[in-house]
Amino acid sequence: MKSNYSSWGLTGQKSQKVQKIKWRTDKLPELRAGLSLLAYGNGRSYGDSCLNKEGITLDTRSLDHLIDFDPKTHILRCEAGVLIAEILSNFVPRGWFVPVTPGTKFVTVGGAIANDVHGKNHHRRGSFGNHVLRLALRRSNGKTLVCSRTQHADLFYATIGGLGLTGLIVWADILLMPIDSGDMQVETCRFETLEQFFDLSRESEWKYEYTVAWLDCATKKQMGRGIFMRANHCTGPARLTGKGTDKGTSLPSGLPGFLINNITSKAFNALYYHLHPEGFVEKRQSYDTFFYPLDRIRNWNRLYGRKGFFQYQCVVPMEGGFRNIETILDEVARSGIASPLAVLKVFGEIASKGMMSFPRQGITLAMDFPNAGASVLNLFNRLDDIVADAGGAVYPAKDARMDKEHFRKFFPQVDTFKHYVDPAFSSSFWRRVMG
Amino acid sequence: MKKILIIGASSAIAQATARLYCAEDVHFYLIGRSRRRLKIVQEDLMARGAGKVEIDPTDPVRLADNQGVVSRAVQVLDGVDLALIAHGELSDQKACETSAEKTIRSLNINAISVISLATLIANHLEERGEGTLVVISSVAGDRGRASNYVYGAAKSCVSTFMEGLSHRLFRTGVSVITVKPGFVDTPMTEQFEKGLLWTQPEIVAEGIKKAIEKRKSTVYLPWYWRWIMQVIQLMPDPLFKRIFPVSEVGKDQSESHVEQRAE
Repeated sequence: MKSNYSSWGLTGQKSQKVQKIKWRTDKLPELRAGLSLLAYGNGRSYGDSCLNKEGITLDTRSLDHLIDFDPKTHILRCEAGVLIAEILSNFVPRGWFVPVTPGTKFVTVGGAIANDVHGKNHHRRGSFGNHVLRLALRRSNGKTLVCSRTQHADLFYATIGGLGLTGLIVWADILLMPIDSGDMQVETCRFETLEQFFDLSRESEWKYEYTVAWLDCATKKQMGRGIFMRANHCTGPARLTGKGTDKGTSLPSGLPGFLINNITSKAFNALYYHLHPEGFVEKRQSYDTFFYPLDRIRNWNRLYGRKGFFQYQCVVPMEGGFRNIETILDEVARSGIASPLAVLKVFGEIASKGMMSFPRQGITLAMDFPNAGASVLNLFNRLDDIVADAGGAVYPAKDARMDKEHFRKFFPQVDTFKHYVDPAFSSSFWRRVMG
Repeated sequence: MKKILIIGASSAIAQATARLYCAEDVHFYLIGRSRRRLKIVQEDLMARGAGKVEIDPTDPVRLADNQGVVSRAVQVLDGVDLALIAHGELSDQKACETSAEKTIRSLNINAISVISLATLIANHLEERGEGTLVVISSVAGDRGRASNYVYGAAKSCVSTFMEGLSHRLFRTGVSVITVKPGFVDTPMTEQFEKGLLWTQPEIVAEGIKKAIEKRKSTVYLPWYWRWIMQVIQLMPDPLFKRIFPVSEVGKDQSESHVEQRAE
């Protein structure tokens, strides 16, 4: 059957051949000449890394079973199609949290592994793959391999951050983290310059599990200002009722593309900055409000209209990082394209496990841009050069456009990695950067 | 401890419904054809916090076994508080049209076995003087259409039976609920193009839980199907037949020989 399986950026909506994997005991579909396979989780990758236009998409959302949870070892075994949202709604009331969460809870465990996603606590806990102990990988030769740091270790490290190319992840063992409360103790503070951001980040790393900053990338003269956020899980008497606000608003499809433009972006960013009082503001928030503000509007990506949008996320090494981020922001300012939403975070020194993982020590910057065609694509090409010169990388999970040369510069280890790619698996992204 | 019996426990709607009760202190008894699938569901419910989950791989279509399986469940659970009958199969309409045998087989799966189990369970609940019986019927039973009238006839039979059963048990303390879902995106309906009216099993499950709490007798899920079906039922025959031309309605199933059972 054909169906529309799109990625989050909506820039490459593609009709694809789809096959549902209904049970974890199901075999992979029979291989047909020239048709490759790719698992599709919940479509939260922004570009084409979750799409397989010329092949078969394996819909894995029926793989949504938990298998076992052992509170003594903290290990949750679950199928790869389980959403982080499902883990949280089930385990927060029981006093557990996922060790690493991205900015949306609507990602599958399989997707979190395949992209080795990171969160606001990278400086404390590294990325998602650091908390994966074991995974079952179904290969096109009919075998299902249980991979870990000691069993099929190469394949294990290739699968973490391996963009779904090493086979179908069927289930995984992940370590949950005990919490006292579903609420967060949050402190926010305005900063005016990048320097202030780095100072705040440095001084907060020790005492705060989560740090992140929203950055104003819309207001030319104020580039570098923003709001810094740091938080811990609330401690003390258990209050685990912090149940997720699962019912969000939905936006209709087909919204006009002009809703997000330079003027609205600037207005929104200026307002957001100025609404925050000076100095630190302390508040208690539910985990949903703190981690997933955008999840409240189910399809916020539709705000960008039919043409969709891009996110550009890069990481540059610590050394010279300050200057490189400044250069990137200057380049964006010069382009005259306003980013409605930008996020800045310092990655800590915990090394990612994955062969192809994106997170590494340094500074990461993520910026959303409406799909304004050539002007924004040209800007990205210039940013790629800056990032490559700095020895950094661009995040494949967010990418819809980087070229082969830059991909190789960002991920030189790809020549080793490609030996672990299952011969029957491929993706639109993979063909684009390797083809 | 709440004691819940589910027949067709590996169907998508049954699984989604069972998950909603895991936060409570609950003892499940799960019946379905495949031991392998029941085990997957069992592990899932246990990991989600259910107190106890037993599985009993039995094909509910083997009518002769029904008395036995219901007795076993009643004994193991020590009385049933809530029973959900959710097994079924989307008939291959085209194949049924040319085969009386296939038509009868579909009626056995979707109607006769359901009625047989509902009778046995209802009598147990009546004896206890409390409890809830929920049966998944379908909007397809509200009016026959060329594209799926065999399945529709079975569901219509179930709906009418349940209506009468609910009447019989009125004022006994037992509540009898007929659930009529619209289009639900499950493995059973994999072959269909999904449009605006499609919903997820989780949404239907929420509706079922609410209907149980409110002791409804018939519930359309999602709610708007009540009004859609009102309009469809009220439509004069000549208009109905023009709006849904035979060639059109048959199309969605003709290319795929759907043989996927819901559990």
